[in-house]
Amino acid sequence: MIPELGHFALIVALLVAATQGIVPMLGAARNHRRMMALARPAARMQFVLVAIAFACLAWSFASNDFSVQNVASNSNSELPLHYRIAATWGSHEGSLLLWALMLAGWSCAVSVFSRNLPDALAARVLSVMGLVSVGFLLFLLFTSNPFARLLPPAPEGRDLNPLLQDPGMVFHPPLLYMGYVGFSVAFAFALAALIGGRLDATWARWSRPWTTVAWAFLTTGIALGSGWAYYTLGWGGWWFWDPVENASFMPWLTGTALIHSLAVTEKRGAFRSWTVLLAILAFSLSLLGTFLVRSGVITSVHAFATDPARGVFILAFLAIVIGGSLALFAWRAASVGLGGSFALVSRESMLLANNVVLVVAMASVLLGTLYPLFLDALDLGKISVGPPYFDAVFYPLLAPAVFLMGVGPITRWNRAAVPELAARLKWALAVALVSALLLPFVLGRWSPLIAFGLFLALWLFASTAVNLWQRIKGSHRGGLWARLAANPASYYGMLLAHFGVGLFIVGVTLVKGYEIERDVRLDVGQRVAVGPYEFAFLGVTPAPGPNYRALVGTVEVRRDGQLVETLHPEKRVYNASGQTMTIAAIDTAFSGDRYVSLGEPVGGDGATAGAWGVRIYLKPFVDWIWLGAFVMALGGFVAISDRRYRLAVRRRLGALAGAAAGE
Amino acid sequence: MTGSSTKLLRWSIPLAVFVVLLAFLWVGLGRDPREVPSPLIGKPAPAFQLVQLHDPGKTLATSDLKGKVWLLNVWASWCVSCRVEHPLLLQLARTNVVPVYGLDYKDKADDALAWLAQHGNPYTASIVDSDGKVGIDYGVYGVPETFLIDKAGVVRYKQIGPLTVEALQQKILPLVRQLQQ
Repeated sequence: MIPELGHFALIVALLVAATQGIVPMLGAARNHRRMMALARPAARMQFVLVAIAFACLAWSFASNDFSVQNVASNSNSELPLHYRIAATWGSHEGSLLLWALMLAGWSCAVSVFSRNLPDALAARVLSVMGLVSVGFLLFLLFTSNPFARLLPPAPEGRDLNPLLQDPGMVFHPPLLYMGYVGFSVAFAFALAALIGGRLDATWARWSRPWTTVAWAFLTTGIALGSGWAYYTLGWGGWWFWDPVENASFMPWLTGTALIHSLAVTEKRGAFRSWTVLLAILAFSLSLLGTFLVRSGVITSVHAFATDPARGVFILAFLAIVIGGSLALFAWRAASVGLGGSFALVSRESMLLANNVVLVVAMASVLLGTLYPLFLDALDLGKISVGPPYFDAVFYPLLAPAVFLMGVGPITRWNRAAVPELAARLKWALAVALVSALLLPFVLGRWSPLIAFGLFLALWLFASTAVNLWQRIKGSHRGGLWARLAANPASYYGMLLAHFGVGLFIVGVTLVKGYEIERDVRLDVGQRVAVGPYEFAFLGVTPAPGPNYRALVGTVEVRRDGQLVETLHPEKRVYNASGQTMTIAAIDTAFSGDRYVSLGEPVGGDGATAGAWGVRIYLKPFVDWIWLGAFVMALGGFVAISDRRYRLAVRRRLGALAGAAAGE
Repeated sequence: MTGSSTKLLRWSIPLAVFVVLLAFLWVGLGRDPREVPSPLIGKPAPAFQLVQLHDPGKTLATSDLKGKVWLLNVWASWCVSCRVEHPLLLQLARTNVVPVYGLDYKDKADDALAWLAQHGNPYTASIVDSDGKVGIDYGVYGVPETFLIDKAGVVRYKQIGPLTVEALQQKILPLVRQLQQ
């Protein structure tokens, strides 16, 4: 009964979404107030209905209803409750339902926070979101019904993929989807502006917080996914350039470009059509990512559900949504105009350069991801593109962008003088350069790449500090605290995000430069020295888990004879699926991780084996990679807390309304 | 050409790029990216000489199988997907169309024997590759895998993952008949 209720709620949600998509749009075209007014209640109603459907599915999982196909394939009665609930979005159907829920949630949020928007704009934005939602709900209902029954019911479920039975995996998809789907708001704003023919600073100001918050969620989601891969795949890597990772990285790069471009459009009115194009691209790439993951076009460790019928549907959907919006762009963008002009050296030009680099980086990821597909489609053979390509393309591209990140925020709008910039930044440059050249000696080994990476990070830190210092020095009001408080939150958000990039670069540079990876065969009781540490392998003991059997190893870590830590890496075999999982044991410290994971037993089986293959890695400063990402996301959240998004919009609208009334 | 139409053209570039991309995605949809050709296909099967599972006194070597078309099925008692393809292998064995040799990969002999006793033994003979060295020669990266080897000892086909009825009827068996002539 409960699953049918969920199914029914989903069908009604489709009808409501269709109404939300069509009626307000027509209303806006005819300036029909009542038709436009339908947008907000419809968006909220749709959210409630999709939430009901989602709750019904979660209930089916929680109560082990194996008569539901989706539950029988992705859950098990031995699975602990929190993973049963997380299994709701562990399957193809469930994750799409989560997509739809997020989309409805974002629409609902827009309906709540759009009181200050002109009616026609709000109606168009919500209606575009409604139309996107129609596509997803149709996809769910016709090709991926999460509530499909299984007759006769299965006696027991096949269990959730063990890779997904992990706290990181519980939060990774919702956060990632929050980001993906969040770009739908910027997308809807862009389309609404194109349809309405009004694209100005106010429009950019409305779009900005939505874009920033979606970007912050996406950043967190990607970081969580990367952290998860680091400790569960057992290889100690944190980014694999896997197509699915790329699928999340492309919207991130575009979203980052969009945030910066929106800033210019808001402050200076420039880059208008470019901003709109980026808004369309960011969401299009989110959709493309979904297509790549769900259609089976590309092989990936993540591609868990593939079905050609679904692929055809998503492709058609992509064609309509992306093709339609790009056609609209081609038709209307010319009338939107380019906006103001600026000098060669100005903050605008820096941001333009940043945008170009980010988009080129995105295009290179897209090319690398789809290149195997292109070759295959042209019958030129099957290949895969791996990390060497991406490493070769990426670092040279991003290095200049990072350098500009230090200069851009200090540069004046419209026109800046190079000598003045140089004077302001010379100390930051000198400090960064000297410490980058010296630091590698302190850390152990000097290499040009390490020094260069450290230079970029230190340059960001130093230029951020200079930026803050000059702001404080430049203001004349009150004491230090009052001067700090005088700056808007969005300014601190920007500083934080840039600082986060610096932390991230430190992590990447030091882990690439100084990591030690040893795959060794260890007899029980044997010791091995890795870096400054000595690792003693004391054997494995069996330990039962709720739905798996584990072999838990014991490894003592010593430094100069002193016991530092005892680590317990695990090898798990899941009961229902028989799949094996490697759980690495990681001792995290400020300066890096000591990472131990079990390979294969040698001679004998499991607990009786006399020796094991053991992977021992030292990963200096690796956690700074994720710390940096979280600081970036935090910067995003700080930026949207800016009061100006609430006050200024109201004021400006008041002025607009007054002007309109006066006409 | 008028100014406005060149402008329209310029604004249409993103759309044009997308249409090309769409075409590729459409073609890609009809393809199977998992169909990875093995570098071994068309090359001589790596030689081995291994102890037989049911008769540890005897060995089996690739040279013993010259002149025969045979299948090498990589399996293990710990392998779950092997249970999926096992009924199919048993059926195939009953038809006597082609001999199937089992490569018991990274497994213990006792477990393997017990497993075959329980599920049935489709193999003409099984050989034991306990340390997985032969598996490495064959580029095994997931069990089960199945290789079709011709009379001259050349690998002609490789199935990654469990055998399916489709793969057997459409690819393997027609190829076997062709090679046996």
